[in-house]
Amino acid sequence: MICISRRLLAPAAIVAGLAGSVASATAPAHAAGDGVAPKEVAWTFNGVFGRYDYPQLRRGLQVYREVCAACHGLRLVAYRDLAAIGLSEAEIKAVAGEREVAGEPDDEGEPTIRPAEAKDRFVSPFPNVQAAMAANNGAAPPDLSLIVKARGGGADYIYSLMTGYVSEAACKKEFKDSQGKPLVPAEGQYCNTYMSGHIIAMAPPLTEDGQVEYEGKGAPPASVDQMAKDATAFLAWAAEPYMVERKRMGIKVMLFLLLFTGFMYAIYRQVKKDVKGHA
Amino acid sequence: MPIVSMVEHSLYYPVPRNLNYMWNFGSLAGLSLIIMIVTGIVLSMHYTPHTDYAFDSVERIMRDVNYGWLIRYVHMNGGSMFFIVVYLHVFRGLYYGSFKSPRELLWWLGVIILFLMMATAFMGYVLPWGQMSFWAAKVITSMVGAVPLVGESLMELLWGGFTVDNPTLNRFYSLHYLLPFVIFGVVILHIWALHTVKANNPLGIDMKGPQDSVDFHPYYTVKDLFGTGVFLLVFAAFVFYAPNYLGHPDNYIQADPLKTPPHIVPEWYFLPFYTILRSFTDDWWLFQILLGWWGMEAKLAGVLAMAGAVAVLFILPWLDTSRVRSAKFRPLYRVFFWLFVIDCLILGWIGAQPAEQPWTAIGQWATLWYFAYFLVMLPLISRIERPRPLPHSISQSVLGGGGGAAVAAAASPMEKSR
Repeated sequence: MICISRRLLAPAAIVAGLAGSVASATAPAHAAGDGVAPKEVAWTFNGVFGRYDYPQLRRGLQVYREVCAACHGLRLVAYRDLAAIGLSEAEIKAVAGEREVAGEPDDEGEPTIRPAEAKDRFVSPFPNVQAAMAANNGAAPPDLSLIVKARGGGADYIYSLMTGYVSEAACKKEFKDSQGKPLVPAEGQYCNTYMSGHIIAMAPPLTEDGQVEYEGKGAPPASVDQMAKDATAFLAWAAEPYMVERKRMGIKVMLFLLLFTGFMYAIYRQVKKDVKGHA
Repeated sequence: MPIVSMVEHSLYYPVPRNLNYMWNFGSLAGLSLIIMIVTGIVLSMHYTPHTDYAFDSVERIMRDVNYGWLIRYVHMNGGSMFFIVVYLHVFRGLYYGSFKSPRELLWWLGVIILFLMMATAFMGYVLPWGQMSFWAAKVITSMVGAVPLVGESLMELLWGGFTVDNPTLNRFYSLHYLLPFVIFGVVILHIWALHTVKANNPLGIDMKGPQDSVDFHPYYTVKDLFGTGVFLLVFAAFVFYAPNYLGHPDNYIQADPLKTPPHIVPEWYFLPFYTILRSFTDDWWLFQILLGWWGMEAKLAGVLAMAGAVAVLFILPWLDTSRVRSAKFRPLYRVFFWLFVIDCLILGWIGAQPAEQPWTAIGQWATLWYFAYFLVMLPLISRIERPRPLPHSISQSVLGGGGGAAVAAAASPMEKSR
């Protein structure tokens, strides 16, 4: 046993070393410029047994529809996907029906417009990037379908960004620009602790408690912090709708592999007895 | 049936009885290749190689294809797993002198596989058409332009146009599908060569008779299955619990030729080579002394050095001329081997840093050490080193019996605990 563990140690140490170097090598590359490390939130979907909190996701959908959707698309998510977070067929139809999409040409060959249906993907607020830029001071609001996976720090970062706005005065005091002078946001720009470079073109999206009216019993008060968390949780789901299924399957796979590996080790020990010096 | 005799041959061929766990990584590399080919074939059924649709088609796989997320995450992390086991396999070969006579051909085939793997991995990373896909492709393919005279034409041939665009994506997809089968072919040759010269072992001495060997089956099939279990545990931990840990978040942003990311970094397994590439700057003293004074461009030197960093493995059998294979009996070589491993880790770490001081300087020294190790130190070490006495045979060493016991014990104090 002793000799086995020692022999295991060498490759294990190398793997650990490699993993360590990979971790340290990738970490700085992922850091968002000179941004501040995001606030850590105890998301329900964190960890090996992480699950989405479906009522929270539905509240997040509400925040997305009433606040974010004015500027940000969600073009990779289909309306039908909302069934997974507990929306009924009628509710999905209602959500989809608010927007219009191009339909089939009619009998005369003229283009038609129809309300979006469950099968369609979320209709973006702007028809193209140029329109998005024109309406937003030259900075097109990014699509949010993958935003949680597309930013270092993930959900923590998105939540921190939404709640990380500081006043102009605080900005001047705390942050410096590239020349080392106090940072002053230009016209139409805002100061945000967690944005790389601390300057962001997005106006603070959540400004007052109760901005979105949460309905139903058991819904928490719609504080800015709560709304930011709910919206982020919804976006985390939008980016990774199969995360719960993945983690659940992972437990089964890991348990099976542990058993398999244990069995193989036992058989290996057995076979090894025949041959002295066989490693 | 030749296939039956081939399988029979591989199962009942003699293998040294004293292989340690470092000999598990060859079969794990083979397993990785098969996993990559199988998942890759399934992914290709749903993927669309077009700049307008590639990114969305990958997301369609993630969202709408049954278990598409699983297949894609296995393929995505499988690349990293493949490189981890292959790198460990290569370092094992370096440590125990597996590249030395009579295994040169086996070694060269391995280096060819490594080259092909790198090309395949590089082109595969471009296919999702994210920001890092596009910009990594742009940075690396632009390097070809540094080649004198034909550089421009070569680059246009690679691109299929005047920049990285749809034709580039199409040819990369085609080659990314083709090359794994070429790798598969070379792997068969690699195994063939292995069965001809037989496996090396931690003592680095030849098998002298049946007392030194065991049949591959069941002794090493079972040991490999145990290793496979451990490997799959690590693999599954990444796939199910940290599928994007080894990737870059920017690759979940669709490629935008007009928006350069602040830091362009390749996948982790290319970081050491990326550092070597970037180390050759016009103001590096070594570059000026060696190459700059006769007018060579630093960019070209970087490209050649990056390719040379792998190619140098081809001439390894002539650089390390020591007749003793295993580092176990080479006190000096062993020290430098570990320094070399540390150097590779430093190169990898620097590869992830921005091209600024002090990173550039550290990277340049690490690059210098990398080549000095192969081209200067190895020939020197093998000339001045006095290896410790070798045991008479594998069986004698591992069993510790007979008149040679004292020699064997002295030769391998590490083995005494057995």
